[in-house]
Amino acid sequence: MNAELTGAEITIRCLQEEGVQCIFGYPGGAVLFIYDELFKQDKVRHILVRHEQAAIHAADGYARSSDKVGVALVTSGPGVTNAVTGIATAYMDSIPLVIISGQVPTGAIGLDAFQEVDTVGITRPCVKHNFLVKDVSELAVTIKKAFYIASTGRPGPVLVDIPKDVTQQQAQFVYPGKVTMRSYNPVIKGNSRQIKKATELILDAKRPMIYAGGGVILSDAAEQLTELARMLNFPCTNTLMGLGGFPATDKQSLGMLGMHGTYEANMAMQYCDVLIAVGARFDDRVIGNPKHFSNENRKIIHIDIDPSSISKRVKVDVPIVGDVLDVLKELIKLLKTEKTEKKKPELPSLKEWWKQIDLWRERDCLRFDRDSKIIKPQMVIEKLYQITKGDAFITSDVGQHQMWAAQFYKFDKPRRWINSGGLGTMGFGMPAAMGVQLANPKGKVACITGEASIQMCIQELSTCKQYRLPLKIVNLNNRYMGMVRQWQEFFHGNRYAESYMNALPDFVKLSESYGHVGMKIEHPEDVEGALKEAFKLKDQLVFLDFITDQTENVFPMVPGGKGLSEMILV
Amino acid sequence: MENESGALSRVAGLFSARGYNIESLTVAPTEDPTLSRMTLVTVGSDEVVEQVTKQLNKLIEVVKVIDLNEGDHIERELMLVKVRAVGVERDEMMRLAEIFRGSIIDVTNKSYTIELTGTSSKLDAFLESIDRSAVLETVRTGACGIGRGEWVLRV
Repeated sequence: MNAELTGAEITIRCLQEEGVQCIFGYPGGAVLFIYDELFKQDKVRHILVRHEQAAIHAADGYARSSDKVGVALVTSGPGVTNAVTGIATAYMDSIPLVIISGQVPTGAIGLDAFQEVDTVGITRPCVKHNFLVKDVSELAVTIKKAFYIASTGRPGPVLVDIPKDVTQQQAQFVYPGKVTMRSYNPVIKGNSRQIKKATELILDAKRPMIYAGGGVILSDAAEQLTELARMLNFPCTNTLMGLGGFPATDKQSLGMLGMHGTYEANMAMQYCDVLIAVGARFDDRVIGNPKHFSNENRKIIHIDIDPSSISKRVKVDVPIVGDVLDVLKELIKLLKTEKTEKKKPELPSLKEWWKQIDLWRERDCLRFDRDSKIIKPQMVIEKLYQITKGDAFITSDVGQHQMWAAQFYKFDKPRRWINSGGLGTMGFGMPAAMGVQLANPKGKVACITGEASIQMCIQELSTCKQYRLPLKIVNLNNRYMGMVRQWQEFFHGNRYAESYMNALPDFVKLSESYGHVGMKIEHPEDVEGALKEAFKLKDQLVFLDFITDQTENVFPMVPGGKGLSEMILV
Repeated sequence: MENESGALSRVAGLFSARGYNIESLTVAPTEDPTLSRMTLVTVGSDEVVEQVTKQLNKLIEVVKVIDLNEGDHIERELMLVKVRAVGVERDEMMRLAEIFRGSIIDVTNKSYTIELTGTSSKLDAFLESIDRSAVLETVRTGACGIGRGEWVLRV
């Protein structure tokens, strides 16, 4: 018979059993017993953030840049409400997280106790699942379920709310090796008849297109996707969430598609005759107006682990529910055994299609003024790409800088591009970068941000100092909320309502006051040198404040409600 | 679905978050006390109903979702209606209740309370057939449904 452990001990033991090495959190009244147990051990490292939102983003960045579940620990009430933005961010991008939150003692629940909030109620719409643990004997199995649910099927955040008295009560500790739930059995293997149908479509395609999303990254299927695309010589585009799923430097890559996608990717998406959608969800920012998208006749194969993603916005012809990795393997196997020799890349129609794509490419849709006397934001990212040899982990905040990063940093590997795609959370970049750095201690980590976004979680400069996280903050400072300004310029008669960032801090002094290195770069000729110097400072966080062109806009652009081929071009 | 606190609010929350309609919703534990069975009536195009089904299936506590409209099914709803019953109305109400196979389950010298079961449209028809001003209060459970024949919903 094992000795009985307290709920707090059980919580920490569970994390140890799950192999969790690093958690992000902030203590408070309801989680004091859990923190006490954290203090008594050294297997699980705790990173103290400066705001609970950052704890979740950091755990999120940790998860995205590794294949582990991110873990965060927050207290009740405001601890949880601060965490909600982070949780919703992870939910929208299907990131596996386990969030442990403290709760007031069971006897006080519902009595408007100090720091009480209905955590399960508040987080319900933005978690994959959540639990309130009322009995200490249920604690271990609940945490096991949380990890299981978070990391299987379509991943997502799972929250476990633990009342303070439950952390004090005792129970036998047995950590279940596995859990089964009759109500939760995600489908992994794709239906073989559907896969067969897909191969027939693929082999008959004249103008094929592969459209790959975040599901490829999440299921670690980049290698298989690349193999598939190359064996067929099909063009491939990636969504914002899918960048790195297919090497951006490959000649078959058309770059990103969507609202700020390349001309060639959007045109090929619109005019292909067979579309292979892999772990993507036909998002409004990706296909533009769905009616316009449906104007063209094309057959769609859709591989996704979540049945509710299929035929949600666009009707598809061959749905395949299953894990992207598993389905791609099957598909490749079948294509190899099919008489592919007869019907292969040499097909004249495929050649024609590539010719058309090359014509679209000639539009050079991402060109910008390289001789500008003012720093062009695109140029900063190009230089960053060159200096890091395309091998850095890049996080971003939300806005113009995010789109430029996605367009100009060529991601050849998965899990290198970390951004808030679904929710679009400003303030995500730096805390996410902390998580990335902790998951990849030897990796080069840069956060591409803007002067508006960075101020939404600027307090984390302090966390970076405490844990010596040598991030490179690439601040594209145009003194505007750039994307808001761009929309106001295009669609609101140049009325720049509240989008000018007045009274900015001196970012150099600000960074220095936190104990970091700050640099202000005002001339194009200084960009490269500053970046090189920053990356030489291997152990230091360097805040690079680039003063960039205020009038620069992100092109191409598909205006809201317009069709994918109706882009505004530079 | 699992007979757990919170499961119902997940379903209700899903409908409001995604803008689906709930016409009625009934839920109670089944012969297996760990399971509850819910009958939910909604309206929408085939695409919407397909999405509703998929989204419900995604909820962790939902064990199985079936669309009863895909096969023959029976549905029943219970209504309690309190009506004014004074003078000649007393006989009239009693007759109408009989026609609709209802029963009077509470009586005062001024009112009856009538219990009626049937499809939702039968209950509507009853309310249509009596003098509207005589209706003092109604309460309805919402429909619950089951497939016809020997086919059984198993989990």
